[in-house]
Amino acid sequence: MRRSTPRLAGTALVLAVGLAVAGCSSKSTDSGSDSSASSTGGGSAELSIQPLVQVDQDGTEVKADSSGTPANPAGDGSATCAPVTIAMAGALTGPNAALGINILNGATLAIDAHNAASPDCQVSIKQFDTEGDPQKATQVAPTIVADTSIIGLLGPAFSGETKAVGPVFNQAGLLSLTASATNPDLTKNGWNNFFRGLANDAVQGPSVAAYLVNTLKFEKVCVVQDDSDYGVGLAEQITTGLGDAADSSCAAKVKTGDKDFSAAVQVIKGEEPDAVFYAGYYAEGAPFASQLKESGVTAAFVSADGSNDPQFVKQAGDAAKDAYLSCPCGPAPDQFATDYQAKFNAAPGVYSVEAYDLATIMLLGIDSGVTDRAGLVDFVKNYDGDGLARHYKWESTGELASALIWIYQVK
Amino acid sequence: MSSVLHAGAQVLADPMIGFDLGALARNFWALTIDGLTYGSIYALVAVGYTLVYGVLRLINFAHSEIFMLGMFGVYGTLLLLGFTPSGNAYNEGIPMTILYLGIALIGGMIVAGGSAVGLERVAYRPLRKRGAPSLVFLITAIGASFVIQEFVHFVLPKLTNGKLGGVNAQQPIRLVEPVDVFSIFGATVTNIEIAIIVSALVLAFITDRFINATKFGRGIRAVAQDPVTATLMGVSRERVIMLTFLIGGVLAGAAALFYTLRVPSGIIYSGGFILGIKAFSAAVLGGIGNLRGALLGGLLLGVMELYGQAVFGTEWRDVVAFVLLVLVLMFRPTGILGESLGRARA
Repeated sequence: MRRSTPRLAGTALVLAVGLAVAGCSSKSTDSGSDSSASSTGGGSAELSIQPLVQVDQDGTEVKADSSGTPANPAGDGSATCAPVTIAMAGALTGPNAALGINILNGATLAIDAHNAASPDCQVSIKQFDTEGDPQKATQVAPTIVADTSIIGLLGPAFSGETKAVGPVFNQAGLLSLTASATNPDLTKNGWNNFFRGLANDAVQGPSVAAYLVNTLKFEKVCVVQDDSDYGVGLAEQITTGLGDAADSSCAAKVKTGDKDFSAAVQVIKGEEPDAVFYAGYYAEGAPFASQLKESGVTAAFVSADGSNDPQFVKQAGDAAKDAYLSCPCGPAPDQFATDYQAKFNAAPGVYSVEAYDLATIMLLGIDSGVTDRAGLVDFVKNYDGDGLARHYKWESTGELASALIWIYQVK
Repeated sequence: MSSVLHAGAQVLADPMIGFDLGALARNFWALTIDGLTYGSIYALVAVGYTLVYGVLRLINFAHSEIFMLGMFGVYGTLLLLGFTPSGNAYNEGIPMTILYLGIALIGGMIVAGGSAVGLERVAYRPLRKRGAPSLVFLITAIGASFVIQEFVHFVLPKLTNGKLGGVNAQQPIRLVEPVDVFSIFGATVTNIEIAIIVSALVLAFITDRFINATKFGRGIRAVAQDPVTATLMGVSRERVIMLTFLIGGVLAGAAALFYTLRVPSGIIYSGGFILGIKAFSAAVLGGIGNLRGALLGGLLLGVMELYGQAVFGTEWRDVVAFVLLVLVLMFRPTGILGESLGRARA
């Protein structure tokens, strides 16, 4: 008899937990209905990441050239072509899927516009999921190369996978047009099929540093880095770019996965800098920004594309206000954002605009009569025209002739 | 040649390990207060490790996940109360805030305590019935830790319609904004820090009294000291084990509330791991199996970690914590207060 008492109690507890969880799921759908609890909170306008200026490597503003008309994927509707396919390769599932889906959606928007306008030239898009993993990408690449209907590739999306499979596409002579792989070394492999539709990481660091010093006139900046390849590399470039403005006495190093930064915050607070630059991702950047604000640090919070994500604003809340976030990616024009929202029921994300522009360039090539892989590579090599995000013209290395960085601000 | 000189200058300009006593002196009190805040959170979690070790001689590595579930319990309770995640703090006024925090505390304690007991029943009791060797328990603990993490990562979002769990941290619900209440020696103390340190000390005191001055506590100490004799004297070992897991879980639930007050965006499936390792180290530092040792070890580790970061640089945080641990164990292999739970008198 006695033995049944703990068993009963334990079962009751487990049941209670189960009920609590079930209660959460059923009630949470009408979140915010309790007005007494939310009377004072959540009333402020929603913060979001807004484009501020486009800067060059001296940190000076470069006005977007409004004289040119962005290329329209629809063309004049008179194009005729045999049915061809464009491939898209990137992470479509897994933890980094958001980025791949941004790219796929942007390209789909361009292709749908094209196909709707040109009844005699139907281009299809085939998607290849790499999960952002170099190893998976090496398994996918041969399938892409073997499919002879594919004459151009949008991707690969990440630098690691691009490095792994670049030689395969180069050998096949298949155009590889990336909307998001920003590692500077990728264009140093001698591949003649690889083109990058945005600035690389070696441009971002110096441009942002120059913007902070020359335009915002910050005299003392604390550079904080995480332990990822990305964070370490970026911090090095920022620190070099800042020169004397980078104060080594409050430079700090944190770990990916850390959530509390008290020691770094206290030291930074004591140094009273003009700005704190965080080289890392939003998962740590967001709590770091909140903890800085909570301990009374008034310095501007600056970070780069690793933190340029709606999640940063969601998690840092009010502490994200006025933060500067750079990105080689361009902002979405209003009409593009409206069309995108209507089609995918989501706001365009980072790299959606680049994907749209690059898909448009391939479509223009197809409309102009290109029918094979070599022809499309040549077309891109000689391309010179405006897109939604920027002017596209490539150097022989595959880098853009004019690579600019966008500065965004949370407002 | 010039590049060699340049490299030399670089090493001088950016030393791998710094030594800056000035930074410690300038921020001493601020660091102490932060350290005590985190230390009291470590201490509460450490109790769970130490009690289970005292009774079962088992290092329950899944305890960090109990803490993590406690965070989700706190968050889920706040959602049930009608709070929605937003950038702003709610600031409902002191009495209501304390009430809401009290309810969230109970929610966290129920979820964490319940899952600790559930874990014991599902993972450990069947092994004990079959007389499995202690290594099997250890591996089970690590396995259970993964299962719980992946449950919150992949299954919980499906069960709760995306409201809880998943790959990203929960969007924070901030009930109170930190407000400076008073300052000692130039370091300001916020309302949140006072609340955390005071409540943790109260909970620690209650736990200490419970273990040392009640019938149930006597049972726990008896089983820790000598399970066979305790059973012969009429103490139910199974009940004591369940009670031990329950106390550890409940305290982890409380620690979860305090942690989320301090780090509102820390509620994520992987959020218990690092803190769990720190709390386990705190338990060993104070003397594993010793309740007061765990409390002391937690506070000490929290403070020393921050001092160490100020002196040597923030990237040396974990190194400082573990060097301290190694040094203490070299001179006192049983930890600062030594002794097992059963004989604790200190």
